[in-house]
Amino acid sequence: MLNISGIHEGFVLDHIKAGMSMKIYHDLHLDQFDCTVAIIMNAKSNKMGTKDIIKVECPIDALDLDILGYIDHNITVNVIQGDVIVDKKVLTLPRKIKNVISCKNPRCITSIEQELDQIFVLTDEEREIYRCKYCEEKFQKQS
Amino acid sequence: MRHLMSPLDFTTEELEQLMDLADDMRLHPEQYADACHGKKLATCFYEPSTRTRLSFEAAMLNLGGSVLGFSSADSSSAAKGESVSDTIRVISSYADICAMRHPKEGAPLVASSHSRIPVINAGDGGHQHPTQTLTDLYTIRSLNGSIGNLTIGLCGDLKFGRTVHSLINALVRYPNIKFILISPEELRIPEYIREDVLDRNEIPYVEMERLEDAMPQLDILYMTRVQRERFFNEEDYLRMKDFYILNSEKMTLAKDNMMVLHPLPRVNEISVEVDDDPRAAYFKQAQYGVYIRMALIYTLLEVQPC
Repeated sequence: MLNISGIHEGFVLDHIKAGMSMKIYHDLHLDQFDCTVAIIMNAKSNKMGTKDIIKVECPIDALDLDILGYIDHNITVNVIQGDVIVDKKVLTLPRKIKNVISCKNPRCITSIEQELDQIFVLTDEEREIYRCKYCEEKFQKQS
Repeated sequence: MRHLMSPLDFTTEELEQLMDLADDMRLHPEQYADACHGKKLATCFYEPSTRTRLSFEAAMLNLGGSVLGFSSADSSSAAKGESVSDTIRVISSYADICAMRHPKEGAPLVASSHSRIPVINAGDGGHQHPTQTLTDLYTIRSLNGSIGNLTIGLCGDLKFGRTVHSLINALVRYPNIKFILISPEELRIPEYIREDVLDRNEIPYVEMERLEDAMPQLDILYMTRVQRERFFNEEDYLRMKDFYILNSEKMTLAKDNMMVLHPLPRVNEISVEVDDDPRAAYFKQAQYGVYIRMALIYTLLEVQPC
C-alpha cells in the first residue's frame, strides 16, 4: 500500500476518473505553481473501482477551481486548513472557461490571432453547451 | 461607450427609439445635416463590400461628418501582419467611430475590447451582420407600420445565409410572428436555429420546398440566393433551381400587400420583371439602410440634439 502524508493547507481532489489526473494537473496549471503536488493514480475505490487523487499543498485561495466543474462535476474537492477538512466544495459548470478548450472553427479570429485567449461561455446549462466568445461556434461537452 | 456586435445588443425598446430617430432623419434630413460635423467615421473593411461600405459612408456624410478607411486587407496594415487589436488602437486616435468588416468571425468583438471609440460590426464572416438586420427590421416597420403579427417567408439558402439567421433571431422577440422556411432539403435552417431559437421561443414555423406553395400565406417574402455550389449534385440543382426564382407568375399568387425583401446583391433569384411590382421593396430597403445607419452612428456617438 502506497502512503502519502496528509497536507497542512491546500486541496485534496478526490474521485477523479482514473487516468484524468494529468489532464487536471495541466488544466489547473499546477506545473506553474511552486508547491508540493501528489498525484495518485489508479487508487482503489468502492464507488468507482479505480480513481485518481490529487493533493496540492498551497494557500487555499491560490487555485482557480472553476475549471474542475467543467472537467467533471463529480470530483470531490476537500479544502484543508490546519490539517483538517474545513470545506467540501460542490462543483458546478463554470459560466466561462479560459484557455482550456480551443475553437475549431477555421473562420474564427482565434485561428489567425493566436495570442488571443480561448474563451468559451456556457450558453445552455442543461445540455452543457459552451460557445466560443468570438464566433459562437458550439462546443458540446462530452460526458 | 457602446458598440454594436449583434442585432440583439439592443432591446426591442432601444430598437424602437433607433427606428423613431431614423424616421425623423428621413423626414427632416436638413435638421441632421451638420449633426456630426467634425466627427470622423473609419470604415475598416478587410474584405470588399462596396454596398455596405458606401451605405455607412453615405450615412456619415448625410450627418455632416467625414470618412476615412480602407476597403481590403491588402491595402491595410493587416497585410503586414498587424493584429486587429493593434489596428483599432491606432484607428481610435484617428477617428470617432469605426465600422469594421472582417472575414474572420469575432474580429470586430476583439476590436471593441481594445477600442477607445464605438465599433460597429459591419459583417464578420458567416457570423453576424447586425446593420443588415437593423435595415430589414426598419424596412418592415416603415412599410408595414409595425413589426409583429406577420407571416414571414424566408426563401433560398437558409443554411449558410447569415442574414436569415440574424433576422430570425431578431424577429422572434416580436409578437405573433410565424415563419415559412422555403428551401431545398440540403439548405434547410441549421439545427441550432431550429432548436435554440424557434423551438425555445415556441415560434410557429413550417418548412416547404416550393415557393409557389407558400406565396398565398405570406405578408413578407425575404429572398436569398441559392448557389449552385451548395448542392451535392447537379441533378438536384437543376431540379430545384427554378423553385427559388421569383418571377411575375409567382407574384400573382401573393397577397396584394405582401412585400418582397432581399439583402442584395441580387443575381437571378428575382427576375427583373418583378422590380416594377409595387410589392418589390428591396431597393427601398437599401435606402432605409442608410437612414438606420445614420441613426446608429448618431446614437453611438452620443450626439446631443441641436
